[in-house]
Amino acid sequence: MMKKISKEDMNRFIQSLLSDYTVYAPVNIDGIFSFKPITNFQGIDLNYQNSKKPPKEIFFPQSETMFEYEKGKVTSAEKVSRKRILLGIRPCDAKANLLLDNVFAGEDYQDVYYINKRENTIIIGLGCRRPLSTCFCTSFGGSPFSRDGLDILLIDIGNKYIVDVVTDKGKEILTDKFTEASEEEVKLAEKIKRETEKRIKSEVKIEGVKEKLDTMFESPFWDKLSERCLGCAVCSYLCPTCHCFDIADEAKDSQGRRIRNWDSCMFPLFTLQTSGHNPRPTDKERMRQRVMHKFNYFIENYKRAACIGCGRCILNCPVNIDIRKVLKEILTN
Amino acid sequence: MRNPYLPIPVKVKKTFIESEDRMLKTLDLIFLNKENKENFKFMPGQFCEISLWGKGEAPFGIASSPLEKDYLRFTVNRVGIVTTALHYLKEGDELGIRGPLGNYYPIEFFKGKNIVIIGGGFAFTTLRALTKYLLAYREDFKDITIIYGARTPGMLLYKEELKEWERREDLKVCITVDKGDKGWQGLVGFVPTIVERKAPSPEDAYAVICGPPIMIKFTLPKLIALGFPPERIYTSLEMRMKCGIGKCGRCNIGRFYVCKDGPVFNYAQLEKLPKEY
Repeated sequence: MMKKISKEDMNRFIQSLLSDYTVYAPVNIDGIFSFKPITNFQGIDLNYQNSKKPPKEIFFPQSETMFEYEKGKVTSAEKVSRKRILLGIRPCDAKANLLLDNVFAGEDYQDVYYINKRENTIIIGLGCRRPLSTCFCTSFGGSPFSRDGLDILLIDIGNKYIVDVVTDKGKEILTDKFTEASEEEVKLAEKIKRETEKRIKSEVKIEGVKEKLDTMFESPFWDKLSERCLGCAVCSYLCPTCHCFDIADEAKDSQGRRIRNWDSCMFPLFTLQTSGHNPRPTDKERMRQRVMHKFNYFIENYKRAACIGCGRCILNCPVNIDIRKVLKEILTN
Repeated sequence: MRNPYLPIPVKVKKTFIESEDRMLKTLDLIFLNKENKENFKFMPGQFCEISLWGKGEAPFGIASSPLEKDYLRFTVNRVGIVTTALHYLKEGDELGIRGPLGNYYPIEFFKGKNIVIIGGGFAFTTLRALTKYLLAYREDFKDITIIYGARTPGMLLYKEELKEWERREDLKVCITVDKGDKGWQGLVGFVPTIVERKAPSPEDAYAVICGPPIMIKFTLPKLIALGFPPERIYTSLEMRMKCGIGKCGRCNIGRFYVCKDGPVFNYAQLEKLPKEY
C-alpha cells in the first residue's frame, strides 16, 4: 500500500505519536547521530547518512539492567513500560534486526528482554538516499529502500514522503493525513530508488566465502590479517549484528542489580578462563573468530551471513581494516 | 514467557570439604519452593549457573544424580570471586541457580553396553552423577569400569563413596594417584598410564572421560589405540560462560555453543571442530 504525507504533516504526526509511544529517532549530538527518545519532533535531525551506533541498542541496549535484587527479593526489568516507535532507521539496520532475531528469539531459549522490546516496537524506516562509499548492502541482498524488517518505509521525494506500508502493525498507526500516493509520485519514488542503488559502488562477492572458510581455519592468512589489528573491538561494538555480551553484578550490601553489557570476541578477557587458560589467546585467533562467526558459523546455523553491509566497521576501524577487502582476499586465498 | 536469566532460589543444606588442600568443597542445595523442585528435571552431564547476589554467576556440573531427590550437589574448586564466595556459604544460606543447562551423557546409547568411566581430579563431578545413575539401573548395562585419578589420596573426591564402590562386585573400580602417601595401598600412576595398563575392552563399549585438558589429551590416544571408535568416546568441554543459553557468545566453537549444544561431545564431533577449547 503506497501512501504519501507532506513533511509538515509528518512532523505533526510524530508529535501526536508522543502521547502514546516513546519515540526513538535520530538525534545529532555534537555531530554524532544516534537514536534517542525524543520529547519533541524538533529534536529530530534527519540529515544523517547513518547513526554511529546501530539502532540494535533499542532492543539490545549497550548496558541493560536485567533485574534488581534486595535481600534475595528479585524484581525483573523484562517488561517494557511503554510502546515504542523506532523512527528513521535505515533499511540495512532493519535487516540486521532480523538476523538478531535468530539469536535472541530463535527456537530454543527465548531472550525475554530482547523479545519484549522487539514486540512492543513499531519500526518506521527511512530509505537511504545518500549511501556512503563504505556501503555495500546490495551485496547481501539488501537495498537502500529494502522493506525487510520494517513496518513502514518512508521515501523522501522532496517536500513529502512516499509511505510504503509494509505490515498491519504499521497500518494501524496511520492517520487520515496519509493519503493515497498518485501514480507519478510512486514512479518518482521508484526512480529515486533505482538511481540511489546505482550509487552503491562497492560490490562484494559473498558466494563461496563460507566454503572457502571451511578450509581456512589453520591458514597463515589470519596471522597476516591480525598484524594490524589493535583489538579495540570498535568493529563489533558498532556492528548491527554482533550480539555478544557480558553479565555482571553491581551491588552494595544486600541490594544490587544484574546487568548485561555489550562485549566483544576481540577482547582477550572474553574467553579467558579462571585457570589462566585462554582458547583464543592472541589477536590472530580473535580476528579469525570474528570473521568465521559472521561468514561461516552464522551461515551454517541460520543460512545467512551475519553482515548486512552497513560499513560501520570499515568507517570506524582505526587501522583501516576493510571487511570488503578481507572477503575478497578470502576468496582468492 | 519464562525468563531464562532469573535464578531459581535455593539454599544450602550441607557443605563439606572434599580435599586435603581445602580448595574443593561440596555444596548440597535444596529448592526453596516445591514447584521449582518438581520442574527441575535433569540428566547426568548437565550443569547449572550458580548465582550469588552481588558476586555473579559461574557454571558447575551437577554432581548428584537425578535420582538423589533430596539435594542438588555441586563440588566447587576455589579459584575466583564466585567460587571463593561459594566456599564461605554456610548451612541455610540462600543463593540461586539457573538450569539445568546443556546436553547430557547419551545414556540411551549406553544401554546394554560396557561402560568405561575415566576421570581426573575435580572433574569427577558429573561422572559421579553418571555413575550413580548407572548403578540405579544397574541391570540395563553390562560391565562398568571406573578409572579415577587424583594428584594425592587426599585430593580424591567423594572418598567414602569410592570405598563403597570398590566393595561392590558389579563394579570395577581403579583408583590411582600421582603420588601415594604412607597409608596408600592403591594404584600409583597417571590416568593415561593406568588406562593403558588396565586396557578396558572396546568390545561393545562406550568410554566417558572427564578431567584436566592435559589428562584428556594423553588418554584419548590410549583409548583409540585400544580400539575405541571416536564416536564412542564421550567427554565434556569447559569454556568460559556467562548466559548459559547460547546468546552471549563466549563459549562459541565452530557452529556450536558449548553451553547449549554441549558440554557433552564425542571425540568424532570434536575432531570436526576447531581446536579452540
